[in-house]
Amino acid sequence: MDNSIYLDEARDPLIIAEGWMKDGKDVAIATVVDTWGSAPRPVGSHLVIDADGNFHGSVSGGCVEGAVVTEAVDVIDSGKAKMLEFGVADETAWQVGLSCGGRIKVYVERLG
Amino acid sequence: MDPYALKTLNAERRARRAAILVTDLGDGRDRIVREGDQVAGDLGTAIAKAFRTGNSGSVEAEGRTFFLNAHLPQPRLVVIGAVHISQALAPMAKIAGYPVEIIDPRTAFATPDRFPDVALHAEWPEDVLSRQPLDGYTALAAVTHDPKIDDFALKAALDANCFYVGALGSRKTHAKRVERLLALGATADQIACIHAPIGLDIGAASPAEIAVAILAQTVHAFRSRGLESKGAVA
Repeated sequence: MDNSIYLDEARDPLIIAEGWMKDGKDVAIATVVDTWGSAPRPVGSHLVIDADGNFHGSVSGGCVEGAVVTEAVDVIDSGKAKMLEFGVADETAWQVGLSCGGRIKVYVERLG
Repeated sequence: MDPYALKTLNAERRARRAAILVTDLGDGRDRIVREGDQVAGDLGTAIAKAFRTGNSGSVEAEGRTFFLNAHLPQPRLVVIGAVHISQALAPMAKIAGYPVEIIDPRTAFATPDRFPDVALHAEWPEDVLSRQPLDGYTALAAVTHDPKIDDFALKAALDANCFYVGALGSRKTHAKRVERLLALGATADQIACIHAPIGLDIGAASPAEIAVAILAQTVHAFRSRGLESKGAVA
């Protein structure tokens, strides 16, 4: 069968990350590694980010992507992976929290 | 992530082969495990489970925390025969997460009018399957009743280790089919994997009900991969 039906290369974060790498860009990969309660994206979902803050994919319904991109640019600079946690804990967290009430853990690492 | 691991993972995904990215969350080191690779201990047990379920998650093993990201190919259903059953089966299977492709060389049957929004091949299975081979994450249901169309596809599905192979027809029809498949070089063990008569026994009578029975049997076969010896369920 035609595999392009089953793997949407134009929107697939890991395919895009590989393309960026081939273009000589610095890349970070964020992965949902744990969820509690109602979470919009399942464990294993990816957001990929380049050093300019361009990104593809998602780790939530758009609620925390901004914060993850900011952290990812740091991770690209330092090369040190980070574990981020998002949820609805207090007023501050609400700024970049999940309005659905769930909690997620996101692992952010540099490619290479 | 190791760039080589990413390249390997994407190559496996493009080839429709299952792979798991194993990341040590302590030191960030990662590696790709392919289906069938031997991994010992608790980690190996967790990896085997992730291949079966397709679920990603963390596991504690050897005093470390590993994240397993399971990448299984999209399961799909290839239907030989653009018949009344297929018209019901295609939309149902798509909703259930098993996209359908239909192959039938009879151009009167295989019309876009009868099959809107379905990948439809008005060609012989020999031609379609030679350029687009079957694989272990594909189910095949042969429902034409016509040996000229069904038999080649059934043999190809057995050889490709399709996770589900079903064939429409009575026990008497199937007994004749077994003789023909043996003549084509299929082994008795392979032939025992064919679900015939096709579909879970729910007393299905109408074409749509038979489609439900085929889809249910397909889901069962996919979710029980590796849990039973092949051919254990008729």
